Amino acid sequence: MKPFDYQRAEDPAAAVATVAARPGASFLAGGTNLVDHLKLGVTSPDLLVDLGRLDLADIEDLADGGLRIGAMVRNSDLAADPRVRRGYPVLSRALLSGASGQLRNAATTGGNLLQRTRCVYFQDTTTPCNKREPGSGCSALGGYTRYHAILGASEECIATHPSDLAVALTALEATVVVLGADGRQRIPVAELHRLPGDDPHLDTVLEHGDLITAVELPAPVPSQRSTYRKIRDRASYAFALVSVAAVLELDSSGPGPSIRAARLALGGVAHAPWRARRAEQALIGAPATREVFRQAAAAELEQARPVSGNEFKVPMAQGALVTVLSELARLPPERPAGPAADEGVAHE
Amino acid sequence: MSELLRATAIGTDLTRVEGPAKVRGRAPYAYEHPLEEPLHLHPLCATIARGRVSSIDASAASALDGVVRVITHHDAPRLADTDDGELAILQDERIGFRGQYLGAVLAETPEIARQAADLVVIETDAEHHDAEFRPDHPGARAPEGGADDVRTGQFDTALAAAEIVLDQRYSTPIEHNNPMEPHTTSARWDGDTLTLWTSTQGAHPAKQTLAPILGIDPERLRIISPHVGGGFGSKGLPHADMMLAALAAQVVPGRAVKYAVTRQHMFAVTGYRAPTSQHVRIGARVDGTITAFGFDAVSMSSRTKEFPEQAIKPARQMYAGAHRHITQRVLPLDVAVPSWMRAPGEAPGMVGLEIAMDELADACDLDPIELRARNEPELDPDTGLPFNQRRLLDCLREGAERFGWAERDPRPRSHHQDGWLIGTGVASATYPAFRQPGSKALIRSVASGYEVAIGAADLGTGTWTALTQVAADALEVEPEQIQLAIGDTALPHATVAGGSTGLASWSAAVITAGRAFRREHGTSPAVGAESTGEAGKNPAAQELAMHSYGAHFGQVRIHEPTGEIRLDRMLGVFSAGRIINPRTARSQFIGGMTMGVGMALHEKGELDPRFGHVVNHDLAEYHVPVNADIREIEAHWLDEEDPQAGPLGARGIGEIGIVGAAAAIANAAHHATGVRVRELPVFGDAFLPR
Amino acid sequence: MGHPVHLVIDGQEHALTLDPRTTLLDALRDHLGNTSPKKGCDHGQCGACTVLVDGRRMNSCLLLAVTLDGAEVTTSDGLAGADELSELHQAFLDNDAFQCGYCTPGQICSAAGVLQEAADGRPSVITDDPPRADGPGPEQHDPPEFDRPVELTDEEIRERMSGNLCRCGAYVGIVDALRQLAGQEQR
Repeated sequence: MKPFDYQRAEDPAAAVATVAARPGASFLAGGTNLVDHLKLGVTSPDLLVDLGRLDLADIEDLADGGLRIGAMVRNSDLAADPRVRRGYPVLSRALLSGASGQLRNAATTGGNLLQRTRCVYFQDTTTPCNKREPGSGCSALGGYTRYHAILGASEECIATHPSDLAVALTALEATVVVLGADGRQRIPVAELHRLPGDDPHLDTVLEHGDLITAVELPAPVPSQRSTYRKIRDRASYAFALVSVAAVLELDSSGPGPSIRAARLALGGVAHAPWRARRAEQALIGAPATREVFRQAAAAELEQARPVSGNEFKVPMAQGALVTVLSELARLPPERPAGPAADEGVAHE
Repeated sequence: MSELLRATAIGTDLTRVEGPAKVRGRAPYAYEHPLEEPLHLHPLCATIARGRVSSIDASAASALDGVVRVITHHDAPRLADTDDGELAILQDERIGFRGQYLGAVLAETPEIARQAADLVVIETDAEHHDAEFRPDHPGARAPEGGADDVRTGQFDTALAAAEIVLDQRYSTPIEHNNPMEPHTTSARWDGDTLTLWTSTQGAHPAKQTLAPILGIDPERLRIISPHVGGGFGSKGLPHADMMLAALAAQVVPGRAVKYAVTRQHMFAVTGYRAPTSQHVRIGARVDGTITAFGFDAVSMSSRTKEFPEQAIKPARQMYAGAHRHITQRVLPLDVAVPSWMRAPGEAPGMVGLEIAMDELADACDLDPIELRARNEPELDPDTGLPFNQRRLLDCLREGAERFGWAERDPRPRSHHQDGWLIGTGVASATYPAFRQPGSKALIRSVASGYEVAIGAADLGTGTWTALTQVAADALEVEPEQIQLAIGDTALPHATVAGGSTGLASWSAAVITAGRAFRREHGTSPAVGAESTGEAGKNPAAQELAMHSYGAHFGQVRIHEPTGEIRLDRMLGVFSAGRIINPRTARSQFIGGMTMGVGMALHEKGELDPRFGHVVNHDLAEYHVPVNADIREIEAHWLDEEDPQAGPLGARGIGEIGIVGAAAAIANAAHHATGVRVRELPVFGDAFLPR
Repeated sequence: MGHPVHLVIDGQEHALTLDPRTTLLDALRDHLGNTSPKKGCDHGQCGACTVLVDGRRMNSCLLLAVTLDGAEVTTSDGLAGADELSELHQAFLDNDAFQCGYCTPGQICSAAGVLQEAADGRPSVITDDPPRADGPGPEQHDPPEFDRPVELTDEEIRERMSGNLCRCGAYVGIVDALRQLAGQEQR
């Protein structure tokens, strides 16, 4: 770990000015990702500007019924906030699906959005990685790909974004408030993260020195239901193989419920939270049946391009979408076929 | 047969005697012994899998304020013996695997040591390497020391003639011990005497290994290791990290050097379970009777040092079958050195064997417990000796009763709840019962009771407590009167805590010493009176096939649409002789079963053959079970004692809990879904629609 | 390059001068000789270093000490007076909720956090939210109550304690210990 200078930020504008003026400077929020990467040598800033004492840790009601979440609100505090639990269950559940109780007590809203990929080659400075060292090559291609992308990847990078929060915020159509050297701007969360293309070293559209100060949620629609489901290799404390954030509005005026609106996002499958627009299109106006959900999921995953070793994530993502939509539509769980005849020792 | 120790303290559930210090965090582990102004070591490591170091430029590192020394093969102290390829580090420019030690930085703080290590420029000449484990690799060969194959009767003929034939291949992955305490050594040379504060399952065995390599009299090497934060075999044999600390400290005499291996680097330098491929061929009659039994295993090894993962071990003695064909091969590659991991041989070997038995039961339309009953051997098929106390069927039947096995519909996919398929499975467990000779104990009368000294180890196994109980009964006093001392080569010699031999072996010494003490000093000894005792060989081991047995039952649920698999419950019943402390024994059984859950569902070291190292080398990407993965686990044991095992009447319990556990879970997954997974771990993706 | 840092550790004040790279964990272990929190992974992946920072459980390996100026830090050793054990300590002992003991001080600090979080009504991912109109579950129009303590069922304990790995496999005992303190019957 290289030595670095340390400064405690006194106000956001000064922090932005300091970091923007120094190419090697970084903001330090909860530190759960940055300190990890300092030790690994994945990043070597020469100055850390500590945001810990900034007045950015409040959750405020907005005039339109939405919420403004300060960038330094800790994940655990955001997940426990009654307004979030009541109006945005998808957000609370996404946060609580991530990491551990200890990490959620330290990790922040802004920091979570900007956490970097868990690609094992990105984290291992002894292997090539285009994201860490542009032009050095992508080791994941042809390597260990279980946690890698099946959607929107490039020849240069097949890493995935690991945040659960970002997936939920995408489905909620949240907006990120950013303070930069040139002033304040508002970016839809769906436009914050990039697909890798030819520049996989860029995770987001932010410029050096840009500081996320808040995230704004639109007001919840009263009839909206939402939830988050994370599929992972152990029951807790693991990154997503696939996750689904879903916000659904049902119309119960007809003979059977139909879908008035749907906003869906997938995690663990792409370099950015993946807004499942094709699935949404297939849902809107359709009856809320499992068959419709299957077709919608299939329409989305038709674009999937898995690599060797992560082909399973395509049916997994499809199944997760159908499961979540069925749950929100309050369909009874699907009864598995069976008992099937055992095909005995020859069965593969 | 030994005269059994009369049980007064043993058999009671004394709480851990060192527990109050551990819950507060005051019991000192290897890193935590106060040492004056220690230097901190950060290693230099190979980033190629095979080749040579061509140059090392440490000038920038050496110039850094706070750096005291950089050592490499150019200037490291010479070793007296370089035959052990794993331990003979920094002696030449050869690189045998990625992650191998090439040098070390010593600095005043850990931050500076790490920073300086990054500044050392190491140039290498890479050579073509081979790091891809394939069971059909032409390089697979008999283990060093020769093949120990079993070829009894006419296997091929019997297999061809069998009414039912099972012919399947099973595989187990690389698994990493990952004790919570990373391997850590503090080393200090004072003149020609070396002291290591380290984390080891055997202080004396480590001394005997390291001293000749360092070229010093073993009496000039002291190893101190009172508390060990888990080992599971990885701290059984000394690894190169201890050697690196010892060599580095040699260049700064009088100053302690502290070295804790990083979690990431543990995956390369502290041993791991080698992957295996197991080809099982069984011929049987329609009634399930096995006529031909074949088990051919290949395990990966390292060209740097051979370690065969003997997956054939349990197959040699588990089941009857007149015609037998059993072989073990190893495939040495340019990879890190594998070593012991909890139940080496048995744990992976019982995966293939016990899934195969489940498949055979299906093929014969038999209950899997009944199939095992029909293949109970009268004598050990391997040695022809009678068994000491083979109660496999008692374990299976008691487990079945406790688990509710009778209510099971044997048809796959016959149980479901809330959209999840539910299945149950069973598998046998086994582990050999060894007792090692040579441990010594010293008992001394003091004002407050008795000091009992033996260089044994407690890696969470309960030695501090159980040996206190044994000593109390040996002296016929209360446990409160015993002051035990362990984990130090300044104490009398003790054998390794490995192979489930520890407590039985050390207790033999303590009991001998206790009996000698009473014989020599009576019941009112003078303060300072002392006696010693040494553990002898177990004569029964020549006449009997000594094994423990057990049975695992598991229930899983699987959500097919998403490919999620979760353990619902698990139950084990074990026959392991006398249980010394039911509280700590239950924990040890359950702990083994819990590691078995990891083996079944989570654990896999992903070796990337292009680079030659395990790439998911940390605890976020290499998954061991978390609390939420472990729901109900129960462990029970048969109430018994085994006088053939020695005066303690106990066989070891450290490993049997993991043996067979993974197979029971894999069999449960098949029962749930009808899908047979023959490759561990059983990831849920196996159940997704294709 | 030294920065002044003032910390209160287990009730004792300490004025330190630290390299900004020094984590809270290393400050405790290397600078203050408090080896109660353990280093198991140094990357927030095991929980062995868990301490309470201003009453909240955190991984001390991922906190730079310099950022914590003025904070109160409690380790497992600080949960009881010098010669006594806390209820939590005793429950871990009684239920044999550890074997090697290396993860244990972190487990105990985490357990202290879990008990407080549940009492404060903080949810986990498996906490059934009180009935409400907008989520899965039966239709219900009364406003949900989010400030009630969360009942620590075994499943809740397991999920909430999942940030602390135990390789010895003492999870069953750990759940027993917390259940005892949470005052629940086995369920």
